[in-house]
Amino acid sequence: MPAAGQDLVYLIAAVMFVLGLRGLTHPRTAVRGNLIGALGMLLACTVTLAAAGLEFGWIIAGLLIGAVTGGWLAYATPMTGMPQMVALLNGFGGGASFLVAGVELSTRMNETTGLMELVATAATGLIGGVTLTGSLVAFAKLEEHQWTERVKIPAQLVVNLALLLVCLGLSVLQIQQPAMPVWFWLIVLLSLVLGVSLVISIGGADMPVVIALLNSYSGIAAAATGFVLSNTVLIISGALVGASGLILCKVMCDGMNRSLANVLFGNVGMGGPAGPSADEVYATVKTTSPDEVALLLDSARRVVIVPGYGMAVSQAQHVVSDLTKVLNERQVQVEFGIHPVAGRMPGHMNVLLAEADIPYELMKEMDEINPTLEQTDVAIVLGANDVVNPLARTDPQCPIAGMPIIDVDRARTVVVIKRSLSPGFANIPNPLFAAKNTLMLYGDGRKAVQEIINALKE
Amino acid sequence: MQIWILAETTSAAPSPMLLITIFVLAIFVGLEIITKIPPTLHTPLMSGSNAISGITLIGALVAAGDPQSAWGWKLLGCAAVALATINVVGGFLVTHRMLGMFKKK
Repeated sequence: MPAAGQDLVYLIAAVMFVLGLRGLTHPRTAVRGNLIGALGMLLACTVTLAAAGLEFGWIIAGLLIGAVTGGWLAYATPMTGMPQMVALLNGFGGGASFLVAGVELSTRMNETTGLMELVATAATGLIGGVTLTGSLVAFAKLEEHQWTERVKIPAQLVVNLALLLVCLGLSVLQIQQPAMPVWFWLIVLLSLVLGVSLVISIGGADMPVVIALLNSYSGIAAAATGFVLSNTVLIISGALVGASGLILCKVMCDGMNRSLANVLFGNVGMGGPAGPSADEVYATVKTTSPDEVALLLDSARRVVIVPGYGMAVSQAQHVVSDLTKVLNERQVQVEFGIHPVAGRMPGHMNVLLAEADIPYELMKEMDEINPTLEQTDVAIVLGANDVVNPLARTDPQCPIAGMPIIDVDRARTVVVIKRSLSPGFANIPNPLFAAKNTLMLYGDGRKAVQEIINALKE
Repeated sequence: MQIWILAETTSAAPSPMLLITIFVLAIFVGLEIITKIPPTLHTPLMSGSNAISGITLIGALVAAGDPQSAWGWKLLGCAAVALATINVVGGFLVTHRMLGMFKKK
């Protein structure tokens, strides 16, 4: 139990985290908010180090390794790699939590330790372990390591349930025999396995939900560590992060009209009634050329660009920014319609566009952009597919039925820039591509947009 | 009086109920604030909250620096310090880097 002065500083730190998060409610105040949070963290660490008679050898070693690695990750990771970096950080948070709880249990706890601390220790082991390996698998999936798609665990639900039950059984043993740390480390070991088997079967396009959920877990693990140490700043901070991850999770699930359980345990695109085949749907597809698109844009007054994961893959955000500038010079209004699940994490597209100097006022949420699409001359779909599939509105039998989409089909003309007619994650054909007002421009996103710019300038 | 002071300064731990109360209220504070954060900033929100969950660092510092522990536990503590520091340093820096990109017209 920390002394009163130390507790006061911890309280100040917790308040600074709250204020820091509040700063994120607007881009204008966000930088300051982040700095307030960082300052709170510095305060909390300083007062911890100043307090009791600690030996600094191992501390300095850990701080150095962490600071160098963290600094390197923060500056070497490209903006397209943000989902991977956040996945890694989630995992490290979980790992740090169960290590702290494990050391505390192994060195200080005994039969006199209270029930709350013991329960919290077991919970930290379970949640921290799942978070660590679950995040590492999510990281590997985001890096598109193919082995993660090949691994199939037979009777997965049964395996997961069995692992969870054994972990809970071990937790009871650990709580009954706190002097035997081996139970705790067995919980950790099995949770590490559980983390892998929970995430391994979830598809790449569902990673936004998974990362948000693991983000929440890393917060809950930190809060559980707070209960282990009876430390309020850990509890408050962990609760804030846990809440944040949950909200993002809900935003993502609503964006797909799916329940969390369906994302975690269901498999989209497998089975279900067969809709019309791709050949039937795509019988009337019209192809276009960069020159033709340039002509269209030249006579347009309002253009909406709908980016998807394909924009990140082809690193097209910078040429998109150039196109925006060229069009603005010609008095064409350009806005961006961003679907909540576009990309591989919440807000992924916004960060990429911001990186390319596109002002944040031009980035519109789905609900904001949809009513404006009827007055839009040209909608450009860049590397997105399922999030603009009108079947979601019309076919109650299809896998994405009821999913909110960006209604690009209501624009006067739709230009879809895509490598081929290959289906998106939902694995269904997209009638938008064959609609009367749609033109397909095949090719790599960045190249295609560059060619449109060149044609516009001629 | 003296006994009261003694009890006050050596009291082992706050009651579990008090800690749970703090936890539940903090979740509601979190829900209130986070729902107001625009989707445009959801990626920096995630990296920023990664940094905040690095608060485990203060527990890790004690685990790594406890002079009474065997070196094996200190080593694990050191690993915890390293992981949590990656979160704190990496999280705040990358959030700062991202937020710097969000500009007005």
